[in-house]
Amino acid sequence: MTPALAIDKLRVVYDDFIALKDVSLTVAQGESFGLVGESGSGKSTLLRAVAGLAPVTSGTIDVGGKRLGKTREKEFYRQVQMVFQDPYGSLHPRQTVDRLLLEPLDIHGFADTEKRIQRALDEVGLGSGFRFRYSHQLSGGQRQRVAIARALILEPSVLLLDEPTSALDASVQAEVLNLLEQIRRNRKLTFVMVSHDLGVITHMCERLMVMQTGEEVERLEAGDLASRKVTKDYTRNLLVASEGFVREP
Amino acid sequence: MSTLLHVEDLRVSFPTRTGVVEAVRGVSFALGQERLGIVGESGSGKSQTGRAIMGLTPLQAEIKARRLEFNGIDLLKASAAERRALRGNRIAMILQDPKYSLDPVMTIGRQIVETLRTHEKVGKSEARARALDMLAAVQIRDPKRVYDLYPHEVSGGMGQRAMIAMMLIAGPELLIADEPTSALDVTVQLDILRILDRLVIDRGMGLIFISHDLRLVSTFCDRVIVMYAGKIVEELKASELSQAKHPYTQGLLNCMPKIGENRHPLPVLDRQPEWLL
Repeated sequence: MTPALAIDKLRVVYDDFIALKDVSLTVAQGESFGLVGESGSGKSTLLRAVAGLAPVTSGTIDVGGKRLGKTREKEFYRQVQMVFQDPYGSLHPRQTVDRLLLEPLDIHGFADTEKRIQRALDEVGLGSGFRFRYSHQLSGGQRQRVAIARALILEPSVLLLDEPTSALDASVQAEVLNLLEQIRRNRKLTFVMVSHDLGVITHMCERLMVMQTGEEVERLEAGDLASRKVTKDYTRNLLVASEGFVREP
Repeated sequence: MSTLLHVEDLRVSFPTRTGVVEAVRGVSFALGQERLGIVGESGSGKSQTGRAIMGLTPLQAEIKARRLEFNGIDLLKASAAERRALRGNRIAMILQDPKYSLDPVMTIGRQIVETLRTHEKVGKSEARARALDMLAAVQIRDPKRVYDLYPHEVSGGMGQRAMIAMMLIAGPELLIADEPTSALDVTVQLDILRILDRLVIDRGMGLIFISHDLRLVSTFCDRVIVMYAGKIVEELKASELSQAKHPYTQGLLNCMPKIGENRHPLPVLDRQPEWLL
């Protein structure tokens, strides 16, 4: 089966700074793949390069078996969607939810927009009562649901999730994670998810890559983290840190 | 253990167009030389509790309390000038995001010196020397270089250390840390906590640690207060957090995904209306 996403020796350079150093990665269809690491490790850059938001200096990206060229086709921008970290910054403050959801449909020439908006809102558990609200009238969790609805409305095959719950409270995080899992199951979506929270990544993803300073540190199965089957010190430190504070005697 | 701070029946309310919003509804606790954690979701009133103690509540808000006393000083009766003399000197506060809470057009060194010279009569060269010492004390490797840098030139972890240095230079007896590590990476988080921990132990400072991160609070603090909708729903020893009685605390603990667990879907909080009472 052709992988949903295949990245080969991807490199992103800003002036003299190498943000991503020749990272390769294959994600099968319907798989959920996690990226972890500290800030500056290049995990978000990787997502952004795939989405077309960061400049690809060298290397190749294949989506659904199709190589991406210099200029990407419109179809690509329908197929691959992204959900960002900050639900306060990623929604247009002067557009209603309805307008926010209509825009991608308009761009891609979808018919029956009315029904699609209705359905997208239902799918993320918001209902039509939220349709004509502005984003400042919503809570953080509701905004993130709108962002997810906006990504889903184009019926993508790959969803890129950049720390989708790190700005949310633990209780709201659980709700959003459950929603994402349910959507993935129903629509057979492929996820690539970035998070600094190892708990979230092992909950959501089958495989993951640990990154540091723009490079791959190691690649693991979610179960390996639980059974502490890690080989690199860096990953071990992350694991220790995720357990909380330890007072030195 | 002497008690630094008494809070009894603290209430903070905000008048709005649609009526009065009560952010804090009758919070009581006492603090000694210890690490007290306050946890809760956004909107639970934990930050407003900290701000009321610090004296940073917006003017239009109303603060009421049976008792709000810091080392024998009645904070409710204190004049603005008296509050100002306390603030930054004997009571200090670390805020969440160094990117927004440091002055962007002042070097880090100058900001620290400003705090020091506001509260103590010290000469310029002595102030500089003390600021450099303080930067070294929060484990900044090259204090001389960082002293002359602007906040945008340093990383988040470094900025947070600079803010801690600024807050500690006057030697406060009470430190309120409002989500001091939420904007930082996990590994940097622990470095910052280690610094705070040492300060509590070495200086006998009282620390109020406000956070939504139960895992961090339970491993770092001595005692934890859990807030929901402006009220304390439970108070317990941090080490006994896992045996929490209140369904809200249990729910919060339960809904976090943990490594090595397989719970699909995650349990979510089932909010009961009686928790609001």
